[in-house]
Amino acid sequence: MAGRRSALHAFIIKEMRHILRDRQTLTILLLLPLAMVVLFGYALRNDISDVRLVVVDPTPDYATIALRNRFAGNPRFEIVATSQTLDLLEPLFRRGDADLALAFPPRFAESLSQGVPTRLLLIGDASDPNTGSTMAAYATAVITSYQAEIGATGQAVRIVPQLRMRFNPTLESVNLFVPGLIALVLTLITALMTSISLSREKERGTLEILLVSPLHPWQIILGKVMPYLLLALGNVATALLAAWAVFHVPFRGSLTLLLSASVLYSMVGLSLGVLIAALAPSQRAAMLAALAGTMLPNALLSGMIFPIASLPAWLRMVTYVVPARWFIVIARGIMLKGVGFTYLWKELAVLTVMLAVLLIAAVRSFKPRLA
Amino acid sequence: MRLRVLRFLLRKEFLQIVRDRTLLGMLFIMPVIQLLVLANAVTFEVKSARMYVIDKDHSSMSRGVETRLAASGRFVPTESSPSMANGDEAKLDRRVDLIVVIPEGFERGIVRDHRAPLQLVFNAEDGAAAAVMQTYANAILMNYAGELGAEVSPSVVTNLGVGDGVAPTRGHPVMELRRRGWYNSELDYRQYMVPGILVVLVTMIGTLMTAMNIVREKEAGTLDQLNVTPINRSTFIAAKLIPLWTFAMIDLSIGLVVARLVFHVPMLGSLVLIFFAATIYLVGALGIGLWISTVAETQQQAMFVTFSLLMVYLLMSGLFTPIRGMPVWAQWTTEINPIAHFVALMRAVLLKGARMRDVASHLAALAAISSVVLSVAIRQYHKRSA
Repeated sequence: MAGRRSALHAFIIKEMRHILRDRQTLTILLLLPLAMVVLFGYALRNDISDVRLVVVDPTPDYATIALRNRFAGNPRFEIVATSQTLDLLEPLFRRGDADLALAFPPRFAESLSQGVPTRLLLIGDASDPNTGSTMAAYATAVITSYQAEIGATGQAVRIVPQLRMRFNPTLESVNLFVPGLIALVLTLITALMTSISLSREKERGTLEILLVSPLHPWQIILGKVMPYLLLALGNVATALLAAWAVFHVPFRGSLTLLLSASVLYSMVGLSLGVLIAALAPSQRAAMLAALAGTMLPNALLSGMIFPIASLPAWLRMVTYVVPARWFIVIARGIMLKGVGFTYLWKELAVLTVMLAVLLIAAVRSFKPRLA
Repeated sequence: MRLRVLRFLLRKEFLQIVRDRTLLGMLFIMPVIQLLVLANAVTFEVKSARMYVIDKDHSSMSRGVETRLAASGRFVPTESSPSMANGDEAKLDRRVDLIVVIPEGFERGIVRDHRAPLQLVFNAEDGAAAAVMQTYANAILMNYAGELGAEVSPSVVTNLGVGDGVAPTRGHPVMELRRRGWYNSELDYRQYMVPGILVVLVTMIGTLMTAMNIVREKEAGTLDQLNVTPINRSTFIAAKLIPLWTFAMIDLSIGLVVARLVFHVPMLGSLVLIFFAATIYLVGALGIGLWISTVAETQQQAMFVTFSLLMVYLLMSGLFTPIRGMPVWAQWTTEINPIAHFVALMRAVLLKGARMRDVASHLAALAAISSVVLSVAIRQYHKRSA
């Protein structure tokens, strides 16, 4: 038994060396989390700082000029064109050179002073509905404050909502993204890399050679996946450090709990990888299965970027079997809310059950092929 | 380039792909499944957020706030209690997304001063969703304020497409603001995302398959065998790329059909223009795959490099977040990002009916990027296998 243990030990070290020799992959593995944190922190924002506005003003007068100056003086807006007709709008929108148009009726000042209802029209390029609505809301705010100033608000009733954003007051996207990023990196290394490296050994027949060694099949699997597990945890540390150093992402909870959850989640990924490798006939098939079965759902159906609440009901059912969904709840809970085991035991339990099921499936499907 | 040799090689390459069942399935079924799942997944719309109401006013108006929010279908009341502590507890436990606190004297404030505060506390753990919910709630409350003001003849009518405002009294200045959205009046986010997702699909297939396909021959040693035959390298590269280009185009067509039938994407512009642009774009996408195959030794590496590159390209392409929301340096990088150009072109042509001259700048950029990438890849390939 002692011989076995040291054989396993030697085997793990051999496999480690094997991975460390692949400079290219290692470099990317270490740089990818850093690059992603930086991209998401600096480059990806949902708010638009300069809205390109077209003003349609058939009969310029003091009132239209006053409102136009409001927009011109507002840092959020940039007036890119002024015209007397609506004809100009279509080509500008089609080329993507304008976002929003403000159209005055003819004789604007005159009808305002007569007290007849004066219509203003805001036309937005709504091909991107989210950005379009946001821009229209900015413009509405400018117009509303102008109305208040010229006394066009009269006795309107106002409900004044006071907002509080709990756990992420500035809605900083990088704070939300880092937990998801950790999940993604863990998936990439555990499920994807493992399944491909194991199926490669299968393709080449090198896995059979190991069978004449004094190692148990489970030890072989362990030796193969162990280095990846260590690599994955190293990456979690890199991502956390980068997030903390560059963007001051808060970390309110227990680091130990997060690392334990990461180990649990990585083991789920590794079992998936082994299972895919056991079932896939070739490397290519393994890769496609791993991409379709792990990466895509983990990126898109986990709530990492897009809120789960916004999925249609049938897809929301699908998210229940996506491990990343549960892991992200845990990671966000620990990092942003500082909650502990009391609030997260359900998610941890779900992951544990997943691990048990996948582990049994993986070992079963590997056995007959190796025995 | 000998045409006869190319014909033979092409037949071999096509047969190899067609014989591989997994590959075929992946080429034809996956795009459809992915499109169906992805298009539904990539949305920031929020339906049925769980709302927790703390009503300290117990008036008809405070109840009105709750009914209006619930009637929108965007918010679902889950629990209500007069105390804040329970609400916080529920939020830590992820049972609610929004807490509405209506203070005492809400109705009195509206009747007396025409204004009253209330508090909305969001769970911002999921920032995108919180921002969206806030926009919904504000719009609903604004409308409700308008309703309440109907008794006190209002003079501002904000029309947000929810029926017409109330006729105002004459005498003082009155402005009526109307909003209109062009090109996607339903504000269906999926219509905006589907053209972009089609780009992702053809890119994944084109780049990944090219890289894997060539590296596979490297691993198997057949590439060395080919190098000692009289087949020249450009013939070999053409034979490798043409089949994958064909499959990517077929996939694009399948994707467009699904986009039309399932998601009712309008397709106002010319499909010929779309296919023309895709042809140019794919040369670049396959070229990147070819370049990756020269630097990668194993299929695992090829996949890994492809994946990492595409991930960065995709995130920076304006597919998920608006390019104009990026800092200026990041906006410059999109100029050399073929995915960014093709996504913008697809959206403009399909959703806005843009014509050739509207998207000329994107086409020119795609052509430039593709030719540079392909020539670099071919040169690198010659160097590596010489």
